[in-house]
Amino acid sequence: MNGAFLQRPDLGITPAGAHPGDLVASVHSWDVVTAADGPGTRFVTFLAGCHLRCLYCHNPDTWEGRNGRHVTLDALVAKMLTFKAFIKASGGGVTVSGGEPLLQEHFVEAYLRRCKQEGLHTALDTSGYLGARATDRLLDDTDLVLLDVKSSDPATYRRVTGVELRPTIEFGHRLAERGNRMRIRFVLVPGLTDDPANVDGVAEIAAGWGDVVEQVDILGYHRLGVAKYRELGLRYPLAGTLPPTAQQLAAAAEHFTGRGLRVTTS
Amino acid sequence: MALYGVDALIAAKKADLVACADVPMTEDVIRRREELSEQIRALRELIEMAAGYGYDISGPARTGREAIQWLYFAYLAAVKEQNGAAMSLGRTSTFIDIYLQRDLDEGRLTEEQAQELVDDFVIKLRIVRFLRTPEYDELFSGDPTWVTESIGGIGDDGRPLVTRSSFRYLQTLYNLGPAPEPNLTVFWSSRLPQGFKDFCARVSIDTSAIQYESDELMRPRFGDDTAIACCVSAMTVGKQMQFFGARVNLAKTLLYAINGGRDEISGAQVGPQLPPLDGDVLDYAQVAQRFDTMMEWLAGTYVNALNIIHYMHDRYAYERIEMALHDTDVLRTMACGIAGLSVAADSLSAIKHATVRPVRDDRGLVVDYVVEGELPAYGNNDDRADTIATGLVETFMAKIRKHPAYRGAVHTQSVLTITSNVVYGKHTGNTPDGRRAGAPFAPGANPMNGRDRHGMVAAALSVAKLPYEHAQDGISLTTTVTPNGLGNSRDEQVRNLVGVLDGYTATGGFHLNVNVLDRATLEDAMAHPENYPQLTIRVSGYAVNFVRLTRAQQLDVISRTFHGTL
Repeated sequence: MNGAFLQRPDLGITPAGAHPGDLVASVHSWDVVTAADGPGTRFVTFLAGCHLRCLYCHNPDTWEGRNGRHVTLDALVAKMLTFKAFIKASGGGVTVSGGEPLLQEHFVEAYLRRCKQEGLHTALDTSGYLGARATDRLLDDTDLVLLDVKSSDPATYRRVTGVELRPTIEFGHRLAERGNRMRIRFVLVPGLTDDPANVDGVAEIAAGWGDVVEQVDILGYHRLGVAKYRELGLRYPLAGTLPPTAQQLAAAAEHFTGRGLRVTTS
Repeated sequence: MALYGVDALIAAKKADLVACADVPMTEDVIRRREELSEQIRALRELIEMAAGYGYDISGPARTGREAIQWLYFAYLAAVKEQNGAAMSLGRTSTFIDIYLQRDLDEGRLTEEQAQELVDDFVIKLRIVRFLRTPEYDELFSGDPTWVTESIGGIGDDGRPLVTRSSFRYLQTLYNLGPAPEPNLTVFWSSRLPQGFKDFCARVSIDTSAIQYESDELMRPRFGDDTAIACCVSAMTVGKQMQFFGARVNLAKTLLYAINGGRDEISGAQVGPQLPPLDGDVLDYAQVAQRFDTMMEWLAGTYVNALNIIHYMHDRYAYERIEMALHDTDVLRTMACGIAGLSVAADSLSAIKHATVRPVRDDRGLVVDYVVEGELPAYGNNDDRADTIATGLVETFMAKIRKHPAYRGAVHTQSVLTITSNVVYGKHTGNTPDGRRAGAPFAPGANPMNGRDRHGMVAAALSVAKLPYEHAQDGISLTTTVTPNGLGNSRDEQVRNLVGVLDGYTATGGFHLNVNVLDRATLEDAMAHPENYPQLTIRVSGYAVNFVRLTRAQQLDVISRTFHGTL
């Protein structure tokens, strides 16, 4: 790979101006994607900064908030609106991802409000670790939460992410009580998260949240982030780990289908 | 021809001939009479040709089988007589269906037999082959014949023109396997029946063999009896013809502007002599002004050359049978075109928004450029670059229109290259956008390779901004996706591709080639990365440029993307 990953890409968005009242976020990048980060074709904003240090993270360049570019709410909304006609006609929406978007929860809340005012479907892609920061108002404006449940076993979760599992579970309970629709995402890493008890635990948690869980996405670990670690001068923590086989993915999926959950694997 | 039979066509042409008997014999009238006589002679030869196969086509076709046979004879005569340029078909899938449906209703035909007739017709269309010069083959590789067949669309009265035969034509891609000919072109509208939309998306995903054009852009301008001529050019059937005009190289024109009309490779003075640009940094206003002068010269030279070519072509190789199957009074278009749009736009964007330092050789020619700073690139839905591209399309069209075209033709232009982007790139030196000498241009209106950094949709929206009003010969965008890039399940892939097509049409997009990758393509990309600079693949929600991966990663991606078929 070349060095393009590490160049801070030109966002094509006017950087934050000098107006003191402007709501400003640190934005890593934006993208328009199909069939990832929510249903249909979506305008996805990746906010910079994350508390977690997941061993398999493929975007270590989004960890530090200071690596993003400062963008005002109005500028981001203006950029998003250039895609509105397409998004509407194609049956897609907008997604806020990261990094961890709830690190910048005031900005996210205001942004999602603006998206809802435009009549767009909204999704929030989060680890749930900072779920307590999401106000009810923010969640009222979120049509779909893409909630990562990276493990069910607290020790494994801590090993994978460096933080506690409990806040994510509590956030999931709150979403379920509020009736927020969810897609649960789980990364299957051989030798790390693929213990049958761990996988089954995730399935149990997801099933426990009931009908609001519309789908579980099992994402097979991949090694495409390796080059980024090299460029950032970081050690790649899973140097010896291989991606799961199709059989391993299928076996993991059975834990979920067995509980009546809709599953995709990729 | 199927509808009237050849005798009726001859009678109509005779009537046109009689109508210009008792008028002053001006040059126009003499030519008209000569051409009508040639057309009538060609129609008689058409009857004779069909008789050689044991068919009497003097009267109308009576059955679906005859209708297809008559249609094929007309097509065969046209390709036999013409000189190897594009020869398109029409919206025959909608027309033929009337005959096939009547046969089905009256018990003369089963569905299986109807499909077989369509399959057989398509086999015939696929085996057409032109003998051409090596220069032609280099520009347009792969022996294209552009048997473009238009499918679907909506009628002026709001009824979809989708028929069972629209499905049958697409079904040939399964029955006979995918092939580039006939060039199946779906006229897309969000108002098409859902079942047809889903079927098109499914066929695209399985075969990559469909192109899409916006019915919403064409119908208001050309009516609902429109079909595609050549690759992507809309035309009212039987009432219009096109003088093909190839294209000019806008990127090289920009280099001429910078070098005062001298060729950046040979050093020869080709364009009008202008004082060379001096200074260490290219000044946008100065370059833009010179470029404008150079485009003015180019447009005049271009239209003059096309006028000569088509005058001589009509004089020495008049296409009798083709014109016999058209109205006598047709609307002619002079179909100009531009290549290198994204290179020219990005180069101007670099000069405007970044700092571009020219590098001169000992002949005093600027042969390279050092770019410092960020360059907003066309293909990211970013107006800073996109307005430059739209401006170029409008400006060049306006300059073309200043020069009278042969036979009163209406000037049009395309942003379309087929495979000629490679040859134009080969003959063009380093450009201020950072592209290296000899490197291919992006095809058609595509953003330059690898510069669209925000995904296929952002790129598509940049292309959709190009004004169709000023490029009515067509604006072409080619995209490549993996099946996974459209969704996990086949149903999701179909739903999302339909969404992308609806979205592109709703935002003013004109034409879209959809390639859905298969395993063989990825393997070929490993062997020949230079042919796949833009190949983006998605793995577990993650997008990467395929050819930048290591070999091991590529193998990993291939095994993942296609693990279902391993």
